[in-house]
Amino acid sequence: MSNLDENQVAIIDYGLGNLFNVERACAKVGLRSIITSDKDVIRKSNGMILPGVGAFGDAMGSLKRLDLISFIKDQIDRKKPFLGICLGMQLLLTESEEFGGYEGLDVIKGSVVKFKSVGEVSRKMKVPQVGWNRIFFDRTQSYAQSDSIFQNISNGEYMYFVHSYYAILEDSSFVLSKTNYENIEYCSAIAKESVFAMQFHPEKSGLEGLKIYKNWAHKVNEYKELEKK
Amino acid sequence: MAKNIRIIPRLDIKGPNLVKGIHLEGLRVLGKPEDFARFYYENGADELIYIDVVASLYNRNSLHDIINKTAQEIFIPLTVGGGLRTIEDIRSVLRAGADKVSLNTAAIRNPEFIHKASRMFGSSTIIVTIEAIKQSDGRYFAYIDNGREYTGMEVFSWAKQAEQLGAGEILLTSVDFDGTGMGYDLDLVKTVSEAVSIPVIASGGPGRLEDIKRIVTEGHADAVAIASMLHYDAIKKLKLNLDSFVEGNVEFLKSGNVFTKFNSVSLPRIKKYFSDEGIPCRLNSEQNAYV
Repeated sequence: MSNLDENQVAIIDYGLGNLFNVERACAKVGLRSIITSDKDVIRKSNGMILPGVGAFGDAMGSLKRLDLISFIKDQIDRKKPFLGICLGMQLLLTESEEFGGYEGLDVIKGSVVKFKSVGEVSRKMKVPQVGWNRIFFDRTQSYAQSDSIFQNISNGEYMYFVHSYYAILEDSSFVLSKTNYENIEYCSAIAKESVFAMQFHPEKSGLEGLKIYKNWAHKVNEYKELEKK
Repeated sequence: MAKNIRIIPRLDIKGPNLVKGIHLEGLRVLGKPEDFARFYYENGADELIYIDVVASLYNRNSLHDIINKTAQEIFIPLTVGGGLRTIEDIRSVLRAGADKVSLNTAAIRNPEFIHKASRMFGSSTIIVTIEAIKQSDGRYFAYIDNGREYTGMEVFSWAKQAEQLGAGEILLTSVDFDGTGMGYDLDLVKTVSEAVSIPVIASGGPGRLEDIKRIVTEGHADAVAIASMLHYDAIKKLKLNLDSFVEGNVEFLKSGNVFTKFNSVSLPRIKKYFSDEGIPCRLNSEQNAYV
C-alpha cells in the first residue's frame, strides 16, 4: 500500500456503483486518488469525492453503517474540497422523497424529488433520464464564470446524465447550473464554499467533463498549499 | 425541451478484432476495436457499445484488454455485453473500464439475475439486450446466442418484465434486419418503446440516414445503435495496417469493397442531419454555435 500522504484525494467507497471510472478521470487530470472508506485515509486526503449511483436510502444506510455521516460533514466544515457526483450530490440535501422518505446529509437545505410528467405530454416520459443534456449557468452566481468549477466551459454545454430524481434547493444562491428535462427545469450543479456537486457525470462527459476534474484539481492543490502553511 | 437522442456506435468484437456480420452471422474483420472507438469518440459519439459476439471464456482476457485500452482514453459511457453470466463477470468488466453491461442469455435463463445485478451495481449500469426474431404469425420472440437459440419468451412481455426487475435500459436488436441495411424494424421498436418507461436503444438494420430519423420520429427510440454505416465510413478514414491482423476473415478488408446497401456516414454528418430535421441531439461546441 502506498503512503497515505501521497494520495491527494479520497474517492469515498460506500459499496454502491462503479468507482473505477471516477478513478480513471482523476488519473487523466493528474490527481492521485484512492478508493476508500477508511476515515484516516480520508482525513489525510486533500479532497473528497462522493460518487454513487443507486438508491438514496441504500446509500445513507451504507454511510451510516460505515459511520461516515458526521465524519463527512465535519470534513466539509473544515473546508476540505468536496466533489459530489450524481447520487453524491443528492445525498448533500436534507431529505429525499424516495420510497417514503429518507434523511440526507443536510449540508444543503432542500429535498430530492422524482421526475413526474408536467402538463400535456404526448407520450410517456422516460425515467430515468439517460443521456446528454445542457447545463446553463445561473448568472446570479458571482463565481459561475471565472473562479468556478466550470471555468473554460461554455454556457449551454452538454453533459451526461443518468437519474430519476432531482434536487430542489431552498436557497437558490447555491444553484450553479440549471438543466431542463421534459419541461422540468432543475438544479444540475451546486456550489457552497468548498463544496461542489453535480447531477451529471463529468467523468463520462468527454473532454468538457474532464475540464471539471481539472478545475477541481486546482482547488485541491490550493487547499494542499494552504494546509502546508 | 425534448430529450436528446443518443447516437451510439455498436462494435461487435471477436477476439482482438472488430467484426460485422449479417443477421449476427458471417463475421468479417473490420479492424481493431480500440482504433474505431477512439475515432468515434473524437467524432462526437454519445456512447459506445462493445458486444463480444463469441463470448467464449477463452476470449475473456482479450476482451478485458480491449476494454482497458479503451477506458484509458475515452471518457463517454461504454457498455460491454456478451457472455456475462455472473455478478463476478459484471464486476470484472466494470473494473476493466466498462460503465454499463448488457445481459441477454443469463437474464433470460434466470430473470432474477437482472434484479440481483441492478441491486448490486445500480439499475443504470444494467442494460438488458433483447435479440428479436419475427415469427410467421407476426409475433416477436427473444433469442439467445446471437439469434441462434429460441427461448419461447415473447419480446414485449419480456421487455416489461426486465423493466420491473430493475433493468435501466433495453438494447433491442432485430436479428432479421441486422447487417442488411434495410432499415430498423419499426414495429418492433415502436411497440417496445411505448410499452416500457425505461429508454430503448434501437439496433439492427439502418442503411440510410432516413432510417435513423424514422426510428426516432415514428419508432420513438430513445437512442440508436449504428454499426455498418459508421464502420464503412471509418474504414475509409482510418489508416489501417492490415498486416497487423493475426486472425479472422480479412479478405473483405483487403479487397477494398464496401457494401453497397449502406450509405456510409460519419457521426458529425448524422448530427447535422438530425439538427436540420429538428431532432434534438448533442452537438459539439462548434455545431452548437449554429443552433
